[in-house]
Amino acid sequence: MTGTSGSPVLEVDDLAVQFTRRGEQPTRAVDGVSFSVAPGETIGLVGESGCGKSVTSLAIMGLLPQRGVQVTGSVRLDGTELLGAGPRTLRTLRGKDMAMVFQDPLSSLNPTVTVGTQVTEVLAEHRDMTGRAAQDEATELLDRVGIPDPRRRLGEYPHQLSGGMRQRALIAMALACSPRLLIADEPTTALDVTIQAQILELLRELVQGSGTALVMITHDLGVVAGLCDRVHVMYAGRVIETADRRPLFATPRHPYTGGLLGSVPRLDTGRGTPLTPIRGSARDTIPWSQGCAFAPRCDNAEDDCLTEVSGSTVPLEADGLRRELRCRHPLHATPAAAGAPAGATAASSAGASAGSPSTGSSSWSSSEGQQS
Amino acid sequence: MSTVDQAPGDPLLRVEGLQVHFPIKRGVLFDRTVGHVKAVDGVDLSVQRGTTYGLVGESGCGKSTLGRAILRLSEPTAGRVWFDGVDVASLKGEPLRQIRRRMQMVFQDPLGSLDPRQNVESLLAEPLRAHGLGGDKAAISTRLRELLDAVGLPTAALRRYPHEFSGGQRQRIGIARAITVEPDLLIADEPVSALDVSVQAQVLNLLEELQGRLGLTYLVIAHDLAVVRHISDVVGVMYLGSLVEQAPAEELYSSPLHPYTRSLMSAVPVPDPEVEDHRERILLAGDLPSPANPPSGCRFHTRCPWRQETRCDDEVPLLREITLTPTGAGALGATPAAVRPAVGGPHLVSCHWVEEIHDGRLQPKSPEEVAASQGVSIASGDTGHGTDPLIAGVDEPVGFH
Amino acid sequence: MTVTTPRPGAGRRDRIDELAARAGQLSDGDGGESLLRSAVRRLRRNPVAILGAVIVVAFLLVALFAPLLAPRDPYAQSLLSEVRQGSIPGSRDGYLLGVDQLGRDVLSRLLYGSRQSLLIGVVSTVLGAVLGMALGILAGGLGGKVDTVVMRFVDILLSIPGLLMAISISVLLGASQLSLMIAIAVTQVPVFARLLRGSMLVQRDSDYALAARALGVRRRRIVFGHVLPNSLSPVIVQATLSLATAIIEAAALSFLGLGDPDISRPEWGAMLASAQSVLSIRPELAIYPALCIIVVALGFTLLGEALREALDPKFRR
Repeated sequence: MTGTSGSPVLEVDDLAVQFTRRGEQPTRAVDGVSFSVAPGETIGLVGESGCGKSVTSLAIMGLLPQRGVQVTGSVRLDGTELLGAGPRTLRTLRGKDMAMVFQDPLSSLNPTVTVGTQVTEVLAEHRDMTGRAAQDEATELLDRVGIPDPRRRLGEYPHQLSGGMRQRALIAMALACSPRLLIADEPTTALDVTIQAQILELLRELVQGSGTALVMITHDLGVVAGLCDRVHVMYAGRVIETADRRPLFATPRHPYTGGLLGSVPRLDTGRGTPLTPIRGSARDTIPWSQGCAFAPRCDNAEDDCLTEVSGSTVPLEADGLRRELRCRHPLHATPAAAGAPAGATAASSAGASAGSPSTGSSSWSSSEGQQS
Repeated sequence: MSTVDQAPGDPLLRVEGLQVHFPIKRGVLFDRTVGHVKAVDGVDLSVQRGTTYGLVGESGCGKSTLGRAILRLSEPTAGRVWFDGVDVASLKGEPLRQIRRRMQMVFQDPLGSLDPRQNVESLLAEPLRAHGLGGDKAAISTRLRELLDAVGLPTAALRRYPHEFSGGQRQRIGIARAITVEPDLLIADEPVSALDVSVQAQVLNLLEELQGRLGLTYLVIAHDLAVVRHISDVVGVMYLGSLVEQAPAEELYSSPLHPYTRSLMSAVPVPDPEVEDHRERILLAGDLPSPANPPSGCRFHTRCPWRQETRCDDEVPLLREITLTPTGAGALGATPAAVRPAVGGPHLVSCHWVEEIHDGRLQPKSPEEVAASQGVSIASGDTGHGTDPLIAGVDEPVGFH
Repeated sequence: MTVTTPRPGAGRRDRIDELAARAGQLSDGDGGESLLRSAVRRLRRNPVAILGAVIVVAFLLVALFAPLLAPRDPYAQSLLSEVRQGSIPGSRDGYLLGVDQLGRDVLSRLLYGSRQSLLIGVVSTVLGAVLGMALGILAGGLGGKVDTVVMRFVDILLSIPGLLMAISISVLLGASQLSLMIAIAVTQVPVFARLLRGSMLVQRDSDYALAARALGVRRRRIVFGHVLPNSLSPVIVQATLSLATAIIEAAALSFLGLGDPDISRPEWGAMLASAQSVLSIRPELAIYPALCIIVVALGFTLLGEALREALDPKFRR
């Protein structure tokens, strides 16, 4: 599944998005996000509303407004830098090499134009197909995403289709040019579970069949568990934990990831299984420049979760086992990985007894080095 | 409570044959009724005191309308709603207003259900004043503090306005408001679906805690099967306006019997790759048919993987009690499908072929096969797969979704 | 794990505890800011609102202090010797904007004219709004048959062109200042009625109105305590915009000779009308009152637009 055959389709490096509103402090919606996706791979960007996952996707697609928005870092699609690329280049790439599916299928379709016209439009734009050929291709596409009686559907308007059918039509449009990259932003959130299952199955088949790289943006851990090869958990604009699917769910290491898993009722656990909510809400964060944004809501928080030097922060560290973690006091202190990142207990007891944990040290591995 | 000499075993709420039909109107000068959307079409259920009844179903199945009809916020077309021995469906005017004190509602959208112009103090005091409860200023003030404390908000919240709170805090206010008048029954319509994942658990825990403390009876309406399982004693599954299955929660989830319930459960993602990779998935064909023109016979037959040539298309299955011998595992394979002594009631299913499906004598068809077979049998000539009778079946698109 | 030894991290530990204790509590700041207060706060920060307010307040002050500001008596005729066919004296010492064809000081007449224009604008708008809102409440609050009857009536009113209606009423009631105001008010009634009814219907279907019903709150209290106050903001915005149109309509009616029969009383519309005959020799006589009308109308419109934005919950912060 994770067979990273060849070079990655998408490489995002240190992506940051800053919104500036007149008369207000600039806010960083996305801060230092890096990840890559290989052909045929599905990655998940997971987080709650306001964590920056959707802004990340819009920044990749170059769909953020120009005014008041500052995008820095690097986004490479098959090696081509997208940030700073002209609008013409982006327009050619969008729809052809990368495509996006949005949450609300109704508002993503033009209500006054037939589905057929909207699909053939994409074909005309990117594949120079018109007339009969375009019609046939559009029929083919609708059929491929499981829309029955596709030829009739082409003549219908979006409001005549059901929610699931509209989302299929949008996926068909996104697939019109067999893009290398497909970004799906909460594609099933507005749909019922039985329809969600159909759409997820469709996405699964498409990725496996065509080698398209899929970036799945969702708040639903269940969707991620069934679909994604690799998962990036975001909080307050930053990635706080990255891992392959199985290890992430088996041993979540960031207290936020663990907290999310503990606060969702599961279908396979019965009444009386206690839920352990995360306290507070997404409002209760501190700026990353003052330490870990999650610290106010974290049960594991210790004093070194706040930094003394303003501007320094808790870094995202790799452990050499395809996991990355932005936490000084993680859950599940695994003895196997005790080499570099020692467990939570070691760190906290060291901090308590040793008197002075290297003042002002910004990186926790360096402070760890002094302790041992 | 104090009202009637009811035996303790009597349900607090009993719904009998409840129907809510909305007329579809059309016309240039005069509106003519050209049909009815059968949002709720003959539902029977009862909720025991101090327990939680969970009502699940997908959007458009009529679960919210049912909840509103019980409170008479929607007018029932037919049927009765017995609340503590009183037929709510027949009440009017002042007696109706009076009984509403004892049946309260928690809404899905915590911001929309609070008047943006009222501060929390005014929001909480309003129901007390409406029912002449709470006494003088000092008594009301004490009561408000108690309420805030009960839902975990600080006293300082009193001066603030709804827009100044986070989603979870707003839902706490909504809950506090519902319990100000000391109701017996709380109908919660999607109480957590508008909230962030990490906050949902806080509200669910609060609801459970309040039930324990105040002896409340809940009717929880939700589309999220996991949420319903977590807090319900008895669960009812709705499809197109009627109940298709009802059972004690544990039993329903360990051995779902109705084909719709089975597919519904197999469709809910579980946040665990181990489970996800080894699950049996029963994908359904197509979409929910229109409640304005529901399929004949068993309403689920257009999408059912187990549909049979006989009975399903033309004979309406009754909701009947099923007792089965333990055989195969349930959809999730958690517990074997054991016949339990009815904890919290019997297992009711409306399907002609439950026993055969359960025994494995009937095997499911793939969605494609279902679609193909429907293509032949549906008179309109539509392919069943994905047919949207919301459009196809009705003469015009219905403004109801 | 309490630590007694003072160390650099101790302060941070406290801070962590403090942050943890605050999580889930209320956000910082005093809070308790009502919608109205936050609207006023945003209004005060909006340059458009300030410009509009400055214009409106300036004209109000002018109207109020016209007797003090006006250099001359607006009725007194002077320089008559110089007013003759084909020549009207322009700006000169003591007559900043010159005189009109009857030898009256233009500046003084403009200043006094603001009184009439604003008075007609305010009174007719208030009258129109009150009547319209009464109908709107009737229709939106009661619904059903009452709603149908009221709205058909309003539709009929609306189907008659505003100016035509105003003219008919002025003719019917005879030309007087009061009939002018009533005529303008009547043209505003259907606008306010429709607006308020529509807004109330939306609010009546809102979750909070449903919640109030579920709580057993009485209908009267729901309509007047919740639905009505939440429906008012479009009406308030419309009122400011209507003020502008009322002033223009008043001018138009005066221009057509349907205004105040006392033609010597200074009023912008009447001034515009009388300047017509001498447009070729002294176009300024028409331009000055026209400019006044435009600027006042602009002031109210800007204020209205800013109000709309301030009252929109989407912009609340």
